[in-house]
Amino acid sequence: MTVTNTRQIQYKDALIESLTQEMQRDPTVFVMGEDIAGGAGRAHLGITEAWGGPFGLTKGLIQQFGPSRVRDTPISEGGFLGTAIGAALTGFRPVIDLMYMDFVGVCFDQLISNAAKIRYMMGGQAKVPLTIFTRFGAGTGNAAQHSSIYYGILSHIPGLKVVVPSDPYTLKGLLLSAIRDDDPVIVCNDKKLIKMSGAVPDHPYTLPIGESRIPLEGQDLTLVGIGYTTQLCLEAAQTLQSLGVKPEVVDLLSLSPLDKETVLQSVRKTNRLVIVDEDTPRCGIATDIAAIVVDEAFDFLDAPIKRVTAPHTPVPYSKPLEDHYLPSSEKIVRITKELLNRL
Amino acid sequence: MELSNQTILWLYKTMLTTRCFEERLIEEASKGKTRGSIHPSVGQEAVPAGVCAHLAMSDYISSTHRGHGHAIAKGVDVNEMMAEIFGKSTGICKGKGGSVHIADFSKGMLGTIGIVGAGVPLAVGAALSSTLRQNDSVSIAFFGDGAANQGILHESMNLASIWKLPVVFVCENNQYADATPVEYATSATNISDRAAGYNMPGWTIDGMNVLAVYDAAGVAIGRARAGQGPSLLECKTYRYYGHFFGDNPLTYRLKEEQEKYREQDPILQFENDMQLSYPKCFASRKRIREEVTTSIEKAIEFAYSSPYGPITDLYDDVYVNYAGLETL
Repeated sequence: MTVTNTRQIQYKDALIESLTQEMQRDPTVFVMGEDIAGGAGRAHLGITEAWGGPFGLTKGLIQQFGPSRVRDTPISEGGFLGTAIGAALTGFRPVIDLMYMDFVGVCFDQLISNAAKIRYMMGGQAKVPLTIFTRFGAGTGNAAQHSSIYYGILSHIPGLKVVVPSDPYTLKGLLLSAIRDDDPVIVCNDKKLIKMSGAVPDHPYTLPIGESRIPLEGQDLTLVGIGYTTQLCLEAAQTLQSLGVKPEVVDLLSLSPLDKETVLQSVRKTNRLVIVDEDTPRCGIATDIAAIVVDEAFDFLDAPIKRVTAPHTPVPYSKPLEDHYLPSSEKIVRITKELLNRL
Repeated sequence: MELSNQTILWLYKTMLTTRCFEERLIEEASKGKTRGSIHPSVGQEAVPAGVCAHLAMSDYISSTHRGHGHAIAKGVDVNEMMAEIFGKSTGICKGKGGSVHIADFSKGMLGTIGIVGAGVPLAVGAALSSTLRQNDSVSIAFFGDGAANQGILHESMNLASIWKLPVVFVCENNQYADATPVEYATSATNISDRAAGYNMPGWTIDGMNVLAVYDAAGVAIGRARAGQGPSLLECKTYRYYGHFFGDNPLTYRLKEEQEKYREQDPILQFENDMQLSYPKCFASRKRIREEVTTSIEKAIEFAYSSPYGPITDLYDDVYVNYAGLETL
């Protein structure tokens, strides 16, 4: 058994540590994206310090692995994603840094028509071991085109896998699983988690894609969180506990595959369900989970299923509007109280 | 350039096989034996043959919805191709792709991709693999004049150029994107003019002449193999049928134009060339025709006699592994 040292590190440090460890382990892993080195191609001017992307998430990687495995790309998401799929089909494990999830729009065809379908439509001849990591989410004043959530849309597509870590520990385990997975996996990172600190073992480890976890056990109702909203659920749970209510929190972690059994088991125990998702509500994960629970655990429900989501609007810029747009622990507490008062 | 008899016969047999495969396929399609759309490349056979004559199994190609010729020229088995288009389990993709998604990864054939232009970056990615492995494999991205106006082509050409990847962009300009003529849809006089914007050489050649294609492709592929980067080869050609089998092209083009191109038929032209310069090969043309006809008839028989896959195939190969994939 490996002797492990668990430290408190930030989410962003867990990300670069995972990439570094996996690139050291497997020579077929390489990273590609906009500005991931930053200033690439300027060594002749004495510029070797890497910018490491707008969040500094990949800072230092190019010094360690060189420009052939840490490839700055032009702003050309369709082109470099398609190229990564071609490399994945021919034996590599590319990791794509898609700066913002909004940019899914400019490479959507490569994602849905090639990455997701080539294995199926070519009768299983090929695999696409591709990882995309991307940032999403409102709350940072980045307005409508740099805050969107499209993990619901991506989870809708057969052939893609979608995971959403909720803290530094789950990020490292899921990212390493994603890179080692033989299918295309999108690792969705909420911007609000990037500076979060948490306990992370220093050795490489994996968390199974398709398994949720229960960070808090309880019996009065089930709160389902996705990524950062898991933190909101845990925050709301503290308030609820002070009111004598004992919620159970399910941290979904994987949207496709969806660990519906963990949700169903929890609902069979608590008989009430609130799903907290920052995505817009129509045709989303929260709605999907509600449908599954009604279908498979209807008799266990003592109250209507409630969804705490963003409204059906783009993300606004102004602070009061954006604050109102976002799910919050206060909203979760209010909805939960309403639900319990129905008894 | 003097070619070996072996190369001449390979070019001839490859073009004939494609022609015969598609003409027989169309017969079967008209009897209702196939589904969806068939996009015949009849008339365009010189391009895949002239390009792929330079390739080894370790080289890669990506292809388009009009891709039977590319697959045949890259060595994909015609029995498995025909069975695929009949939707049978013995098909190269187990009957799950059909005419528009033929691939054979064991032969470096990365697939005929149904979205116009979308196959191009796959070849660029395969070329990136060759570069990372530091071997001398090359990749060919086949595309049409329709794809020449897709953004993904331009992104792919730019990326291949800045990274100097061993890829050749081969545009089969058959002059119609579905029903839309190239001179209406394309701002450049020649599609190859666009190579200049990506700092790579571009050539426009007669795509009805297999020897012209062979020579130009030799230069482009030679550059790529030698580490000199990508290039763009535009082959002007013509499809005799419509966009898909069943489409009447006379609704958007003139009979005189069709007749003019049929007079330049790539296979007849090549027979004339063989008669003049390669009399030994010319003498064996009848035998080759018989061999090709027999192989395609066998492919049809194979397709007819093969079974459909079980219903459980529906759920296979969506993923390599996936927890709890629900079935109906």
